[in-house]
Amino acid sequence: MTARTITYRDAVYEALREALRGDERVFLMGEDVGYYGGAYACSKGLIQEFGEERIRDTPLSESGFVGAGIGAALGGMRPIVEIMTVNFSLLALDQIVNNAATLRHMSGGQLSVPLVIRMATGAGRQLAAQHSHSLECWFAHVPGIKVVAPATIEDARGMLSTALADPDPVIIFEHATLYNEQGELPETDDYAKDIESARISRTGGDITLITYGGSLQKAMAAAEDLAKDGVDCEVIDLRSLRPVDDATIMASLAKTHRAVIVDEGWRSVGLAAEISARISEQAFFDLDGPVARVCSAEVPIPYPRHLEMAATPQPDKIAAAAREVLRR
Amino acid sequence: MSADNEVSLSRAEAMALLGQMILIRRFEEKCAELYSTQKIRGFLHLYIGEEANAVGVMRALSPNDAVVATYREHGHALARGLPPGEVMAEMYGKASGSSRGRGGSMHIFDKKHRFYGGNAIVGGGLPLAVGLALADKMQKLNRVTCCFFGEGAAAEGEFHESMNLAALWQLPVLFVCENNGYAMGTGLSRSESETSILQHAKSYRIAGEDVDGMDVVAVRAAALSAVGAIQNGGGPRFLENKTYRFRAHSMFDPDLYRQKQEIAQWKTRGPVVQFSKWVIETQLLSQSDIDGLEEEAARTIDEAVRYAEESPWEPEEDLERDVYTPRKVEETAR
Repeated sequence: MTARTITYRDAVYEALREALRGDERVFLMGEDVGYYGGAYACSKGLIQEFGEERIRDTPLSESGFVGAGIGAALGGMRPIVEIMTVNFSLLALDQIVNNAATLRHMSGGQLSVPLVIRMATGAGRQLAAQHSHSLECWFAHVPGIKVVAPATIEDARGMLSTALADPDPVIIFEHATLYNEQGELPETDDYAKDIESARISRTGGDITLITYGGSLQKAMAAAEDLAKDGVDCEVIDLRSLRPVDDATIMASLAKTHRAVIVDEGWRSVGLAAEISARISEQAFFDLDGPVARVCSAEVPIPYPRHLEMAATPQPDKIAAAAREVLRR
Repeated sequence: MSADNEVSLSRAEAMALLGQMILIRRFEEKCAELYSTQKIRGFLHLYIGEEANAVGVMRALSPNDAVVATYREHGHALARGLPPGEVMAEMYGKASGSSRGRGGSMHIFDKKHRFYGGNAIVGGGLPLAVGLALADKMQKLNRVTCCFFGEGAAAEGEFHESMNLAALWQLPVLFVCENNGYAMGTGLSRSESETSILQHAKSYRIAGEDVDGMDVVAVRAAALSAVGAIQNGGGPRFLENKTYRFRAHSMFDPDLYRQKQEIAQWKTRGPVVQFSKWVIETQLLSQSDIDGLEEEAARTIDEAVRYAEESPWEPEEDLERDVYTPRKVEETAR
């Protein structure tokens, strides 16, 4: 199988273009998705190819255009709504939580909302406390929506089409530091990837590092570092944050008996806490040690580089947490 | 009444308008009674006094058009033609209700009738209506989405975002503001610097008019004209219907913020008495016609209550259904 080297950004672009070419009901809507080319340049050139109707620049009205996306989905379209960052999505929480997530249930199963929302998330670009947070867990808390975090180029390329084919609202979190990442994308006739299962990114027998999104590469780097000391890490990329693929996690723990959860969200009341609770409920007797968490410090993300690094999970902190669990 | 509108109503149309208003009035009076006997629980927001709005506007819509309403939507649901038994069963929370009982009084949905709720977040339905209209425009379907909301919604950001989007994209939306003067207990002049909601819409370059929301003929005429303009590609239209609710905001509301005199004064202009008087005076209908409509409404409501009473509760095992779309029904649902 041949492969080509592309960026995560290109993978998102290709996925968008394929979706727009494949289904006339699909359209992209959001702030600066058109002539600007997307805040992260993922839709550059699409307005020239597909026109203003289908690559729809919106005013700065997050609640308005997310709600319009929900309405358009009810009306037979397949909207992809881009929100510039997760921080701005808070302006649309009403529509996402009170409408997108509830309409199927409130209508007694009459309605489906086949809406895809994409947004950038995470720290690492010195954008300070209103552009850098990881609030995936806020959305993963809510029944009625699905939440995915493509951490790899293959998933950035392949999750969108599956999300669009899903009858229910799917939120795709793209970590902002990933867009420039390069990697190999194997050539195939069908790039589609499932949006429900976790993946073993690295197999190992001593300890399981569980993570997602922008922290995957950091966990992989920590695993490399630990390997030098003879610690054999298994790394799980959760991929889907709602639903969580418990089976993959518990199967890994049955083998390694130890876990470190790496989550760029804050530690308190977050995704790592949820995963840890599930492990306690389902794999307690497999454990040989306490479950550890490496999360963001309990502080709004600061601007200076060194403090931003200190506030967020890094490979050395992950490796240190693993050593602590292993008592090595 | 509406002689100045120069609208000539047929006898059949007059029967329909009055019949629906009477049905809604008596249906809701029954709901209030059922609330006091605890058959209906939760919030119950009665539309009594405002019937002319839903009834008049709905006469201008076709079955292909879509309706987005608020939590005070029993009247809209009935005027839209939803089966009264299903609406009543929804109030009871029964599995045979419009929304399988999952929504209750505030969340009546009916996909067949393109009735999209039943939205209990003030202003939250407006972006949905914009999106439904956007879908129609993109699919080149000549349909109208009609969005009802109260004057309280005008203070929400979603109102302004939706006005702007609908006007900017020239979408086929009929915005109907049912201005009953009070957002729960807060009078309009105490919550808005500009008390003309129509003026807000006009500032977004949306054409519209002020309408006497107690006069079903005036509402109907305004809606027909607005829907016609929308269908001719004129973009969104806005009606500000001045109306009044005769009952409190909800069954929990002691109604401390309004003067009895004010309520009494509005009641003299009540849509049912006003229109009844007019159809008699103009000899369009007779008293026996009106009596017949009352009897028919009473029968319909009796049947609706019986249907709701006799319907089964949803089994608890089904609690977690309808959160996500089951894969096997996916194709039919989409």
